[in-house]
Amino acid sequence: MIRVEGVCKSFGSQAVLRGVSFDIQPGEFTALIGLSGCGKSLLLKHLVGLLKPDRGRIWIGGQDIGQASGRQLEFLRSRIGFVFQGGALFDSMTVYDNVAFPLREKTRLREADVRRKVEEELELVGLHDAAGKFPAQLSGGMLKRVALARALVRDPEIVLFDEPTTGLDPVVSRAVLELFGSVHERLKLTGILVSHEIPRIFEIVQRVAMLHEGRIIAMDPPERFCALPNPVVQQFVNGSRVEQCVSPARAPNRMPGRRERTALLSTANPCHLMRGASLT
Amino acid sequence: MKPNCITAMGAGATAGIGRLGTTGLFLAHTLFCCLTPPVKGTRVLKQIWFIGWKSMLVIALTGTFTGMVLALQSFPTLRRVGSEALLGPLVALSLTRELGPVLTALMVTGRAGSAIAAEIGIMRTTEQIDALELMGLNPLRYVVVPNLLAALVALPLLTAVFDVVGTWGGYLVGVRLLGLDGGTYFGEISNHAEMKDILGGIYKALTFGLIIVWVCCYKGYHSRFGAEGVSAATTQAVVNSSVLILVWDYFVTSVVF
Repeated sequence: MIRVEGVCKSFGSQAVLRGVSFDIQPGEFTALIGLSGCGKSLLLKHLVGLLKPDRGRIWIGGQDIGQASGRQLEFLRSRIGFVFQGGALFDSMTVYDNVAFPLREKTRLREADVRRKVEEELELVGLHDAAGKFPAQLSGGMLKRVALARALVRDPEIVLFDEPTTGLDPVVSRAVLELFGSVHERLKLTGILVSHEIPRIFEIVQRVAMLHEGRIIAMDPPERFCALPNPVVQQFVNGSRVEQCVSPARAPNRMPGRRERTALLSTANPCHLMRGASLT
Repeated sequence: MKPNCITAMGAGATAGIGRLGTTGLFLAHTLFCCLTPPVKGTRVLKQIWFIGWKSMLVIALTGTFTGMVLALQSFPTLRRVGSEALLGPLVALSLTRELGPVLTALMVTGRAGSAIAAEIGIMRTTEQIDALELMGLNPLRYVVVPNLLAALVALPLLTAVFDVVGTWGGYLVGVRLLGLDGGTYFGEISNHAEMKDILGGIYKALTFGLIIVWVCCYKGYHSRFGAEGVSAATTQAVVNSSVLILVWDYFVTSVVF
């Protein structure tokens, strides 16, 4: 369904993606993890053709995105839903109009059909009561759910989630991830979820891919991923400091205070918390 | 040291030419989208309301006081040479040929252009532009074209309003305050003002509308991320449009009149 082969992207002298390759099968939900700033969101933007790689190729459903004409790219994008990190909702429109927008602009549905479809999607994400509200009146969790409803409204085959739980408290982020998981279960979508929510994401995805220093260094089902002997994977999964595995050139860019935060997180192996185990 | 300096100058010049090219392409794409369907009629009407109707008060105020001050400043000089009867044509021609279109454009830049740049900049920062693109919509068609069409409608109308209220402002000062005969004021205007004076101003207003939307939308569209980026884009949009309007005014005046 999604095939990425040797994708490279540099900004000036800084190479961010250095030959990313992977395959995702239809109906598979994959988590993409990695350090902040390693290029995960950048990779997602390549998948939808918002950015062009310097080298390498990307196929979506057999279509090479780099070779696609404007019309083909438009058709490809109509098969993809994208949940942006901040939601990217149109702030001058209500929740209802935001969700209805892709239908009104890109389909010839009658308004009654648009209404039925929008209500269906809002029901799916549990926001049928918020249809008349504006994005500024919604909480962070509600924004993400509206963004999901808008991404799903045209029945895409692929949904890409760009850090959808950033800025949410643990309870809401868990609820949002569970919603994504249940939507995937029901609709059998192919999905890529960029997230730092370890171990919660392990409960909803079939495979986990780790992007490190511009390459996918591991891509396995969660259980096997957690058991990989790769020190970078182990230290990331266990929440301990990854700086030791990072090249010295990257080390000065780390955020201050991470040591304190990661020390707290590293007290338990998150893989023990997977699949229904209690978080408390 | 010298080669470094030359390299830096070359890089600067190349970047400048590149930016110029990007700006030109932005305008070319926008014009192409204007001329090909679909055009978002509802959004065009909404932007006419925003750029045109919501600027009406500020245009009426500036127009009135510009006409008033023109009359107040010119009357003593005209009286000195015994030509106070020409106060009406002086006020009317100054407004229709020059001050009307230029001041209207500058006021619209400050009121609507800055808002357009900020709105598009925020849309860029919050990934709303990317969202439009991912929905298969051309962001230029959705965001820029309605503003351009609205400005092309609103600017000439606002300029006409400015000219009319400015002429009445001149009448208030020249006739009511300084004692000139009302018939002389309007009679001399109809003797001296020609249709080409009025149309020349309207043509100017059309090109100024294009400049305002082009520069403000471009700056917003290519705004850097974050509040600082949007703020810088808005400032640059207003400053660049204002300067470009004044520079372009000279050239268009030399061609039109």
